[in-house]
Parts: sequence; structure tokens; C-alpha cells
Amino acid sequence: MQMFPLKATGAQVRRRGKVLVGPVDLTLGGQGTSIIIGPNGAGKTTLLKMLHGIVRMNGGSLDWACPLEEAQKHQAFVFQTPVMMRRSVIDNIAYPLRLTGLSRRQARSRAADWAARVGLGEILERQATMLSGGERQKLALARALVREPQVLFLDEPCAALDGRATREIEEILAHAAGSGTRLIMSTHNMGQARRLADEVIFVLQGRIHEFSPAAEFFAGPETAQARAFLNGDIVE
Amino acid sequence: MNDLWAGLSQAFWLLVTLDADLVEITLRSLRVTLTALVIACAIALPLAAFLAVRRFRMRRATIAVLNALMGLPPVVVGLVVYVFLSRAGPFGVFGLLFTPTAMIIAQVIIVVPLVASVAHQSLRELWSDYHDLLISMNATQFQRIQALLWDGRRALLTAALAGFGRAIGEVGAIMVVGGNIDHATRVLTTAIALETGKGEFAMALGLGFVLIALAIAVNLAIHWLGRTESEGRW
Repeated sequence: MQMFPLKATGAQVRRRGKVLVGPVDLTLGGQGTSIIIGPNGAGKTTLLKMLHGIVRMNGGSLDWACPLEEAQKHQAFVFQTPVMMRRSVIDNIAYPLRLTGLSRRQARSRAADWAARVGLGEILERQATMLSGGERQKLALARALVREPQVLFLDEPCAALDGRATREIEEILAHAAGSGTRLIMSTHNMGQARRLADEVIFVLQGRIHEFSPAAEFFAGPETAQARAFLNGDIVE
Repeated sequence: MNDLWAGLSQAFWLLVTLDADLVEITLRSLRVTLTALVIACAIALPLAAFLAVRRFRMRRATIAVLNALMGLPPVVVGLVVYVFLSRAGPFGVFGLLFTPTAMIIAQVIIVVPLVASVAHQSLRELWSDYHDLLISMNATQFQRIQALLWDGRRALLTAALAGFGRAIGEVGAIMVVGGNIDHATRVLTTAIALETGKGEFAMALGLGFVLIALAIAVNLAIHWLGRTESEGRW
């Protein structure tokens, strides 16, 4: 099924009279990894959630190449603070499959496979709420990838992780991207952005200030704000 | 003080000798209360989850009414059920008045708001955790309610236990609709009221201690069965 291009036209999110994001005009193709960067409070998370459809838009439109209901079935989201359902590791990963009507046995079998892929194969029956930060994020990734989505949104998935956990998460993401999953991810970590990005979306004050291929962006951003941000200056 | 000791001793002997009347009354108390609790939970828990998940126009008002109904005076509930089940009432044809079924109906009405309110408090917090995740996973309304009920099961057990406590100790409503008929509708609480009225304080206290022991035993049994304190695996 062809989901892309994803086209946002004048898309806007307002809350209590304040514009959080937008208006956004953006067209995303179906290949590679898009990294959203920008200072704190720029609107990266809201933009991601708006594209995913879990934040209601107050204006503009968001159009997938396929019907919205179909698009919703083929995307997943990984939150900055992973939500652990109050059940075991394997049942957490199996849950999205159970939602599709898969039997418990089949869902757990596939979940066990994904748990092994992300390095949680030894702790399948452990309560998810007892996991460490890195393990939680791996579980969240496995739970998002188990339905083999065509597009995966990630909101700063390595924000609170140490170097080793970050490397493991990046390996999983690289593998997912290599398998054809379209990644759209926000990050604060410029090193991570350089490692993973095929294209960069620079967000400031809820608007997209720059959208360009990663190589071009990191070689020489077009806008003064993006240059200042890359130089580590405070940008508002 | 003498009455207290006499009551304790009476309770001890009633238990040790497995007094036939006591066993009958206790089993009836348990049957009525547990049946009412199961029915009340079947109504209240999905209702609590629905109120946590679904946004609709009168939601806040509904929750406020539910909370207010926790303080329903049992004797008034008994009176209303009596009117409905009496021969002249709309359900008089079923002949349920002064039967354990009438007592169960009254207890269900008393317990549902309590269980629903306590459960709703817990499920509301759980829903605030799960909200984005379940919407992101495209879960249907029914699947969201299912997830809340399953993952919130320990908190819901507490709500059910609160309902059990309210039901097992209830006297006003079941006295009105049950009539405290010997070998038919007499339960521990109505028997205590009767013995007190007769001036048999030792017997009344004895039955009271049995009632307290029963409530504690059921609570401990449910906690033990659920392994909620030690393992937290279920």
C-alpha cells in the first residue's frame, strides 16, 4: 500500500488561543529517515504528534496518499517517556497484535521473536514496570515495530539513555530503516541527528524554518537561526 | 465489659461447635453478599472504565451523581425496592419480596455507586497514562475499556473489596426487603439487630465478632489468591 507522500498544508495546532505549531506546509516522501531538530519548546513533539494524528489540528489539512483509516493502521509512535502497560514484557509487545485480532498464542510467539531482536529475550515474563530506562525504550520500540509499520514516529527515543543504550536503540532503528520502515524522529542530540538523518526538519517557534537533505543542512544551513542552533548558541 | 467477654466467649463456642444456625446464617450472608457483589462489579467496573475513556456532554454531571450516590441511605433504598417489589408494585407479580433475591437487588443498588466511584478514580489515572499510547495504537473504544479493566485489576480488586465491606455490613435495606425471616432471609447483620432488640447482647456480640472475622477472612483470602502483596505477577 502506498502511504506517501504525506502532505501537510497550512496545518496548525492551537491551544487556548496560542499557536503551538504551524501553519506547516510540508511534503514527506516515502524513503529514508527524517530528523526533526530545534530548541526546547519549539514544537517538535507537537509536530510529530500532529503528523501521527494523536493531536487534533485546528486548521489546515494533512493528507496521506491512502485513506486515513488505512494510514493509521500502518504507523506507530514511540514516546519520549515510554508508557509501560501493567503487564509482562511479552504481553506488552504482543498487545498491538492482539488489537488486530491475532490469537494470544500467535501474538506471543511473534512478540517473543521481537523481544529477542531487541535484546529482551531473557526477561519475557518480567513486569514491564520493573524495567530500566533502556529496557523500557527497547520494549517500546519492539511494541511499535511488531506490527511492522510502514512509518514509525519517534519522539526523542534516547533522551534519558546512556551511551550504550543509545547505541543499541540506534542499531534497532537502523535495522528498521534498512527493512523499509520510514522513520520520522525528533532529537536533541546533534550527533545522533548526523548519524541517522537523511533529511532534517529544523523547527523554531512552531514553524518549519528549514527542511533540507541532511548533508546539505549540516554542511551549511540556509537560515541564521539554524546556523546558530548548530553552533550551540541559544536560539529563541 | 462483661458483655464483651461474654460475646467473645459466645463467638468462640459458636465457631467451635459449628452451631447449625450460625452456619446457615453465615452461608446465607455470604451467598447474598457475594452474589450482589458479582452483579454490582459486572455493572460498575465497565461503567467506571467507560466514564474514564469516553468524553460526552453530561460526563462530569454523571460522575458527580455517582459520587453522591455513594452516600445513599440503605434504608431508603430498601424502602424503594420494597415499593417496587410489593404486591401492589410494578414487579409484585414476581413475588420477590422477603426473599434473598430482594436482598441481593437492594445490595446491588447500594454497592454499584461505591464500586464504580472507587474504580473510576483509579481508572482515570491509568487512562491518563495510557491515553496517547492506545490512541496511537488505534485501539477501539471497547479495546481501551478492556485494557483499562485488565491492567487496572489490582486497583479494581480494592474497589470490589470496598463494595464487599459495604454489602456484608449492610442491615437497613435488607431488613426492609428481606424481613429477617428465620431460615429464609435472616443474615448475620439482621440477626445481630434481632438479638440486640431481645436484649441478648452476648449473642449479638458473638455474631458481630463472627461477622468481623468473616470480613477479614474474605479480604485476606482475596489478597492471598491474588498474590497482590508478595509477587504482583497476576
